[in-house]
Amino acid sequence: MKVKNAIVLLLIIAIVAVGAIAGIKGLEIGNTKISPVKEMMTLGLDLKGGVFVVFEAETDASGKELDKIMNQTKEVIERRVNGMGLTEPNVLREGTKRIRIELPGVKNAQEAIDAVGKVAQLQFLNYKGEVILTGEHVKNAEVVFEKDKGNIPSVSLEFDSKGSDLFQKATKEAASHPSGSVESIIPIVLDGKAISTPTVNSEIPNGKAVIQGSFTMDEASQLAALIRAGSLPVTLTEVQTSVIGPTLGIDSLNKSIYAAGIGLAIVFLFMLIYYRVPGFVASVALVIYILIVLYVLIGFGAVLTLPGVAGLILSIGMAVDANVIIFERIKEEIRNGKTLRASLNSGFSKALTTILDSNVTTVIAGVVLYQFGSGAIKGFAVTLMVGVIASMFTAVFVTKTLLKLFVGLNAFNNTKLYGA
Amino acid sequence: MKVVEKKKIWFGLSIAIIVVGLIMGMIQGFNLGIDFTGGTMMQINLNKQVAVKEVKEVIKEFDLDADILHVGEAKHEIMIKTKKDLNSKERQKVFEVLQTKYKLKDTDFRQAEQFGPSIGEEIQKKAFLSVAIAAIGMLIYITFRFEFKFGASAIITLLHDILVVLAVFAIFRIQINSSFVAAMLTIVGYSINDTIVVFDRIRENIKFMKKKNYDDIVDTSVNQTLTRSINTSVTTLITITALYVFGVESIKAFALPLIAGTITGTYSSIFIASPIWASWKNWELRKGRYNAG
Repeated sequence: MKVKNAIVLLLIIAIVAVGAIAGIKGLEIGNTKISPVKEMMTLGLDLKGGVFVVFEAETDASGKELDKIMNQTKEVIERRVNGMGLTEPNVLREGTKRIRIELPGVKNAQEAIDAVGKVAQLQFLNYKGEVILTGEHVKNAEVVFEKDKGNIPSVSLEFDSKGSDLFQKATKEAASHPSGSVESIIPIVLDGKAISTPTVNSEIPNGKAVIQGSFTMDEASQLAALIRAGSLPVTLTEVQTSVIGPTLGIDSLNKSIYAAGIGLAIVFLFMLIYYRVPGFVASVALVIYILIVLYVLIGFGAVLTLPGVAGLILSIGMAVDANVIIFERIKEEIRNGKTLRASLNSGFSKALTTILDSNVTTVIAGVVLYQFGSGAIKGFAVTLMVGVIASMFTAVFVTKTLLKLFVGLNAFNNTKLYGA
Repeated sequence: MKVVEKKKIWFGLSIAIIVVGLIMGMIQGFNLGIDFTGGTMMQINLNKQVAVKEVKEVIKEFDLDADILHVGEAKHEIMIKTKKDLNSKERQKVFEVLQTKYKLKDTDFRQAEQFGPSIGEEIQKKAFLSVAIAAIGMLIYITFRFEFKFGASAIITLLHDILVVLAVFAIFRIQINSSFVAAMLTIVGYSINDTIVVFDRIRENIKFMKKKNYDDIVDTSVNQTLTRSINTSVTTLITITALYVFGVESIKAFALPLIAGTITGTYSSIFIASPIWASWKNWELRKGRYNAG
C-alpha cells in the first residue's frame, strides 16, 4: 500500500511537472510537437500590437434603412481591409450605428485608419479622367433581365435629379464619339479602381441607365452591390481608436507573465509555510488548475487580452480559496480529536457545500458580465468562469486524491504537518 | 473576536468613508479617464528623459491643453493626454513634430487611444445594468439556497463595497476608466464569494443553536472562518500586487481597483455582511415579542 501510494504520487507529480514544462517551453516527443502555451494562444491587439478603430455613421436613418446602410458600410470596409493583406483583420457591427475594425500587425496606423475610414468613393469618369458625378447621386443599382436581349442579366442604374442632368450631359458627349473608341467609355471607379467600363451608345436623358455585358448572374449582382455600396451617403467619424505598437504589446505580455510567475511563487511559498503537506498538495493542484484554464481557453479559441491576463492572474490567487476552505475544515476536525483519515473525509464533505454556494454566485456574476459586457470585459468574464469551474474541479478531485495518497503513505502523519 | 458587539463602529466607519468620498466626488469631481470624458492619449518613446516643460514647448503650436507625464521604467517615454479627441491625422502631426525634434523612429510611437465623448456614457450604463442584473441573479440564488435576509444582506454588502472603492478613488483622485468598471464587476464576484463562506457557516451553526442569540452565532461563525478569509485575501492580494508592481501602465489601472476591492471585500464580509443579517434577525425577534406580549 505504502509503496503503491508513493509510486502513484510521484507519477502524478512527474506528469504535472512535464505538463508545466510543456506549457512554458513546449515539448517534442518523436514526431509530436507541443507548442508552448504562449504561442498557441490567440492574442488580442493589446498584446500583439495593432490598431482598432470604432467608426460611427453620421446618419439620421433608423430601423431597416439604417440596417441597410450599416451593412453596406460594413461591406465596403471589409473590401478595403481585405485589400490590406493582413492576417486576421476583423470588421464587426457594434451597437446600431457603429462599426469596429481590428487590424492586427498594422505598421502605419494613421495610414490604415485613413484608408479604411474615408467615405466610399464611387465615381463616374469621362475619358479625360475627370469626375462626371459621384456615388452620392446614385439612387439605386440592381440586377435586371431584359426580355428583348434574351434575358441576359444586366445592371440597371438610377440617378437622382442632379445626377440625371450630369449623366445626360456626359452621355451626350460620349455618344458623339464613335462607339468603341476611348472617348465613348464612361468608366465606373470605386476607390480608384475601375469596376466597370461601359461604352455609351446614345444620350441617356431620364436618369435611368442599363449596363449590359456578358455578365453571369454572380458578376452582375456583384457589380450592382459594389455600385450600391459605393453610393453610401454616410460619413464615418472615428469615435474610438486604440493603437498599440508591436513592441509595447510584447512588453505587456512578457511583463504580465513575469508578474504571474512571481505572484505564483509567493503563493506557493505562503501555502507551503502555512499548510505544510496540504500546502504542497495545493501547489500541485494550482499548477494543474493553470494548465486546465490555459488549454480550455485555447480550445475555446478565446482571444487573450490584457484584462484577460489580469483576470487569469487574479484567478490564481483566488483558486487556492477552495483549498483553503478544505484545509481549514480538516484542521478543525483534527482539533476536535478525530484521526487524520477521518478528519480528511469529514473536512472535505463539510467544505463541499460552502465551495459550491460561494462559487455559483461568482459564476452568476460571470454570466451577466459576459451577456452585458463589451469587448474586453467579455473576455475577462470567460476567464473568470473557466477559472471558477476549473478551481472547483481541482480542489475537489485533485486535492482530495493527492491528500489521500499522502495520508496513505503513513510517513507524513504527524498532524503538525497538516498545519493543525 | 466580538464582531457584532462593535457593529456601530464598523457601520459608522464605512458610512463615513462613503459620505466623505461622495461629497469630495461631488465637489471636485471624479478623476475620469478619457474613455469616459472623451479625449486622446498618446504614448511616445523619446529614448531619453525629457522635461515635461520642454515637451510642452515643442507641441505648444497645437494648443492642446495637454497633461504630459513620464512613463516606462527609465521615464524615457511620455504620455500625452488631451481632453479634445484628436483624429488620426492630428495625432500623426503631433508625433511628427516630436519625431523631428528628437529624431525618433516610427516604432517609437508606442500607443494611442482616442475616445469620442459619446462612448463613456454607454460604458457607464452597461456597467450599471450588469451590476443590477448580477445582483438580482445572486439575490435569487441566495434566497433559494439560504433565505431572503441572507440574500438582501449580501447585496447591501456588495453595494457597500462598490461605494467604498468609489469613495477611495474620489478621495485620492485616482483615475476612473473602463478598466475600473471591469475591476468593479470582478469585485462583485469576489466579495459575494467571501460573504457566502461566512453565511454558509452561520447556516450550519444555526442548526446547533439552542437559544436564539444571533449575535453569538455570527461571532462564532466569523471566527471559525476568519483564517480562511484572511488567507484567501492574502493569496489573492499577492497575485494582484505582483501585477501592479511588475505590470505595464495599462494593467496597473486595472490592478489598483482590484487591490482596493479585495481589501474592502474581505473587510465587509467579516464586519458588514453578518452584522447586518444579525441586526435584522434581532429586530424581527424583538418585533415578534412585542406582538406576542
